[in-house]
Order: sequence, then structure tokens, then C-alpha cells
Amino acid sequence: MSNETANILKEHGIEMFRSMVRIRRFEERAGELLDAGEIGGELHQYIGQEAVAVGICSALRADDRITSNHRGHGHLLAKGGDITKMMAELYGKQYGYCRGKGGSMHMTSLDLGIMGTNGIVGAGAPIAAGAGLAAKILKTDRVSIAFFGDGGAAEGAVHEAMTLASVWKLPVIFVCENNQYAISLKFDESSPVEDLSVKAAGYNMPGVIVDGMDPIAVYDAAKPLIEKARAGEGPAFIEAKTYRFVGHFSVEHAIVSAPYRSDEEVKKWKQRDPLITLRKRLVDSGFATEGDLDAIDQAAKDEVETAIEFSRADDLPDVSEALEDAYATPNEFLPAKV
Amino acid sequence: MKVRKLRFMRALRDGLVEEMRRDPTTIVLGEDVTIGLMGVTTGLVDEFGSDRVFDTPLAELGFTGAAVGAAMDGLRPIVEYQISTLPYLAMDQLVNQAAKLRYMTGGQMSVPLVIRMASSGASGGVAAQHSDHNYPMLAHMGLKVVMPATPADAKGLLKAAIRDNDPVIFYEDAKLMGMRGDVPKQEYIVPLGKAAVPRTGKDVTVVGAGHMVVEALQVAEALAAEGVDVEVVDVRTILPLDTETILESAAKTGRVVVADDSNSFCGFAAEVAAVVADEAFSDLKGPVVRVARPTIPIPFSPPLEEAVLPGGKEIRAAIERLMA
Repeated sequence: MSNETANILKEHGIEMFRSMVRIRRFEERAGELLDAGEIGGELHQYIGQEAVAVGICSALRADDRITSNHRGHGHLLAKGGDITKMMAELYGKQYGYCRGKGGSMHMTSLDLGIMGTNGIVGAGAPIAAGAGLAAKILKTDRVSIAFFGDGGAAEGAVHEAMTLASVWKLPVIFVCENNQYAISLKFDESSPVEDLSVKAAGYNMPGVIVDGMDPIAVYDAAKPLIEKARAGEGPAFIEAKTYRFVGHFSVEHAIVSAPYRSDEEVKKWKQRDPLITLRKRLVDSGFATEGDLDAIDQAAKDEVETAIEFSRADDLPDVSEALEDAYATPNEFLPAKV
Repeated sequence: MKVRKLRFMRALRDGLVEEMRRDPTTIVLGEDVTIGLMGVTTGLVDEFGSDRVFDTPLAELGFTGAAVGAAMDGLRPIVEYQISTLPYLAMDQLVNQAAKLRYMTGGQMSVPLVIRMASSGASGGVAAQHSDHNYPMLAHMGLKVVMPATPADAKGLLKAAIRDNDPVIFYEDAKLMGMRGDVPKQEYIVPLGKAAVPRTGKDVTVVGAGHMVVEALQVAEALAAEGVDVEVVDVRTILPLDTETILESAAKTGRVVVADDSNSFCGFAAEVAAVVADEAFSDLKGPVVRVARPTIPIPFSPPLEEAVLPGGKEIRAAIERLMA
């Protein structure tokens, strides 16, 4: 282990473990609740990719901005999301982050600097560029992160955002979580290049590849790029090679007739489970004991169960609220209520 | 009230300048805005600098999204679309993002963004892809849509749009850009959602927006000599739509023509006709008549273009049909 890695591990390792395990336990239980019919809608679980969101967000300031995508629970939690407010949103309840208006794909907290999780692939990238524009003009010194996947890397919105961020030298980091599949489409069938990071060259910004199963590596790659962006040196592109251990969405197994990924492939990636490898590193290096980490894991499980109990008991929104919140400046001739 | 005569385009520019002086968080961006290719933003960069007035690469989806993000994070972007068909390129950011973010986040966000559709509509001889006047389209998806019919309203409504905390799509009618009219010298705002009645009459109501209001007023003048007393309602904003003023006028005259220089199918005239039918049916002496474009692309050749665009001739025919 390099000195740098050891330092990051020492300084952030335990918090990274806590953050990743909160994501994992939240997503596992959310999937069970959906399967059981207790919550509705769709669920895109972040299981397997935790190291990316956690590695990046560990390198951010609290007031930095992120835009997220349909697989957004992990980003929200890594940025400090409240599990109870998230769970209540999945239940469509009053206490939820969006008071039941958003559900899984739109749950967000502007207070945490999260400028939307987004149900439209690639759509968060221009918004992140806009946050970067605001940071530059208002001199707030903030950096914004655009999270998207290998599927999103094919979207025009992402490429237009990269052009703008580079031409205007905006403090934006484009984080491509290459989990190898755009739903069922294998990466090599959707990308003309083996590494998406090479695209950065066309936008005259640094492009790096990082092991997306290792939060320390993600942090290590991201930190200097984030600080350069903050210092006014412009955007960067990070390709994190990663994998989702589950389907594109939680009930996929019940719909898809033939699996598009082999058992061997899934098994191979699961051997690199970021929770297992980080646990081992922390224990091997003496920064934590197995018992310490078990306790963190148990606390995350308890937190999720408490959130479920709270959400079950929480009130559903009043139907009168269906016509509220659409407009900030009201008018008697709008459907929205004042 | 002291007034001066200004052209429509100049009134828009004045409104923009006043708001930019008033609010340092306003920025202007779009294609060729620094040189002011469309005439409204000319010289703004000299006063406000290139941090607040700047050109965008030809990336409509990208720069619209950037404006959405900037609006969510402390700025008030005023975006110029050089052609009224550019929203088709930016549709996701307009409809799925700008129009929905506040609602879907439970009111956490606001998106105080203005999109200026510079020279919208058929300016003559620019054919199918540059002639749409699609003001009902985004209103259908819940976005606030404004279309002034006079220089004074152009300024006052633009100022209101900039101060509004929601995204507002602001249509600048191509056929009005050279129009001259009285503009108050002192500061004023024209609120969104308040129709004007530039001419009162007792026989028939013409409801319209943009240059169709001007056409309707000319027709009304001509028909007055023939003993037909026409009332003209200028809705000013498509959404919010001042149905109260429309219904009052319908109740008074009992005859309603809707003058709509956009596609007729599922359009603005259809909406007004439906509102009048729903809420003023018993007041009506005849059907609500739509004057609108046939739902086809605009052709190039002058006689073909002339044949499909609605104007004074069609408004007059609709009134005569109702008065017969």
C-alpha cells in the first residue's frame, strides 16, 4: 500500500465504510420491500457501485453540488442523505424528501447540494454545468459533480455539457460510472472505444480511469481534479470502472426472459465487493477491528429498520397537495394552488 | 403618464437593460447575443461585461440545461433562442427538467429562467423549419408562456417574466419587431396572467395574442364602418390564461372568434373555445370559431405561404360568419 493510500485509508476509511454500508443496507431492504409489494414504483439499486459515490463525495465540501441519475440513492446517501427521509419518500409518505412527489427516481435534497436525481439519462450533466456556471459567476468556490453511467456517456446532453464546461472553464467533474451495461446493452456494443476516458481529450480536459470498486482509489483520483477545478483550472472527466451486482431495476429478474450477464461474470465482480475489500484493508492495517466494522454494519441495519418503522406509521400526503408545488410564483389562473 | 414612441425591439431591450441594472444575478446567454444578431441584446455586453452577457456554442440542449442549473443555484438566466424551433432541440431540459423540478422535489427548487424566442413565427420566406409559432406547445406542458402584442407590453411583460420565480417562455412575435407604440417613461411592470382589452365592442369578441391582436384591431376598425362592433381581447400570456376576462367578454357579446397564428390541432384556439363552451355556453349565440394555421409545415413559395397563414382576411371571414 502506498503512503498516499494509507493516509486516505486512515483519514477516511472508516467513514467510507460507514457510508458504503448504509447504501448497501438501504438498497437491500428497499428491494425486499418492493418485492413484497410494500412500496411501489421502480427501484434502481446502487448495490456494487458504492465505492464510486462514496469515493467522490468524500472528496467534496458540504456545499459542493452534485447531479445524480435514476440510480441515485447511493449518491444521496454519500452526500449525507437522511435514511428516514429517503425511506419515507419510497413509501410516498409525508415525511419524504419530496413529500411523496418524487419517489425513488427524484428523491433529492437541495440543502445537501444535490440538484436533482434524474429519471432521464444524461440530463443531470448540463444542470451540473449550470451549477458550475453559477459558482463561477457568483464566486462561491463550489465544485459540481455530474454522475452518469456508460449509458449516459452516449447521450448528447453529456457531450454538450462537456463542451460548455470546457469552453467556459467551469468547475465541473464528469464522473462516468461505467458499470458495463446500459440496462441490457453490453458496453462494447454501445461504445466505439474501450475506455470512455479517452473522450475527455476531445474536450481538452483531463480524463482518468479509476477502479470503481475501490473508494480509496476513487478519492485519490478525484481529490486533485476537484481542487484544480475549484482553483479555476476547469473541468475533468473520471471514468470509474464498476459493476452493479443486481439488475437494472429491482424486479428485472421477473421480466427479463434470459439473463444478459453470465453467472460467472457477476460472480467474478462480486469477488471485488467494495465492502469486503475495504473491510479487509481496514482490519489488516489496524485502523479498525472486525468488531468495530460489524458494529457499524449493525448500526446501518438498525437505522434502516427504524426508518421503515417510521415510514410505515407516517402519514400519506393529503390529496389536496397533488396540485401544490408546481410553481414558485403563484397565479389565480394556474392549476397550482396558492 | 409620460410616454415616448419606441419600436417593439427597442422596448424589449430597454426592459432587459432595466432588469439587468436592477438585479446583478441576471445573465444573458444564447447564440450571437454579444453582437445582438436578433437586435434585442445589442450592446449589452458593453455595459454588463462578458461574465453576464455571453455567446453559447451551438448546443441548445446543453446551454438550456446549464441555464436550468444556474437558475436553481442563484442566477436568473435569460436565454435567447435565435429561432423559435430551437426548443425542439432542448425539449428534455425545458419539459422534463425546468417545468417539473420544483414539483417533483416537493417544492425544494425554483427555476427562475426566461427563454426568449426571438422573432417567432413566419417572418416570411424562411419555410418550414424557421416559421413555427409554437407558443401553445410548452404551455401544454405547464410552462408559463408570454406573448406581447405592443411595445409597452413587450417591455412590461419581459420585466415581469424576469422577476418571476418560475421558468417563463417569452415569445417575441416576428411580425411585431418593427412595430412602434407608446411606452411609458417611468418604470412599470405588466403582470403575467392579466389580459388586456384594447378595444371594447358589443357584437363579437376576438381573442388573440401577438400579431393576431394587431390584425384583429385592424379588422375591427374596418368593420366599425359597416356597423359591426368588435371587442378585442389580448390575452398577453398563454399560461396563465386570464379566462375571467375572456368569459366576461364572451358573456357580453355572445360571439367569440379565436385568432391563433399557430397550428389549430390541440391548439390555443381550441383551448379558448373549450373554456368558453364549458363555462359560457348559455351566453353564446353561435359556435366559437377558430382562426388558426392548418396543421402542416409552412411552405416557401409566397402564394403557398400566404394560403396557410391566418390573418386579417380570415378573422374578418370568421366574424362575418358569426354575424350572418
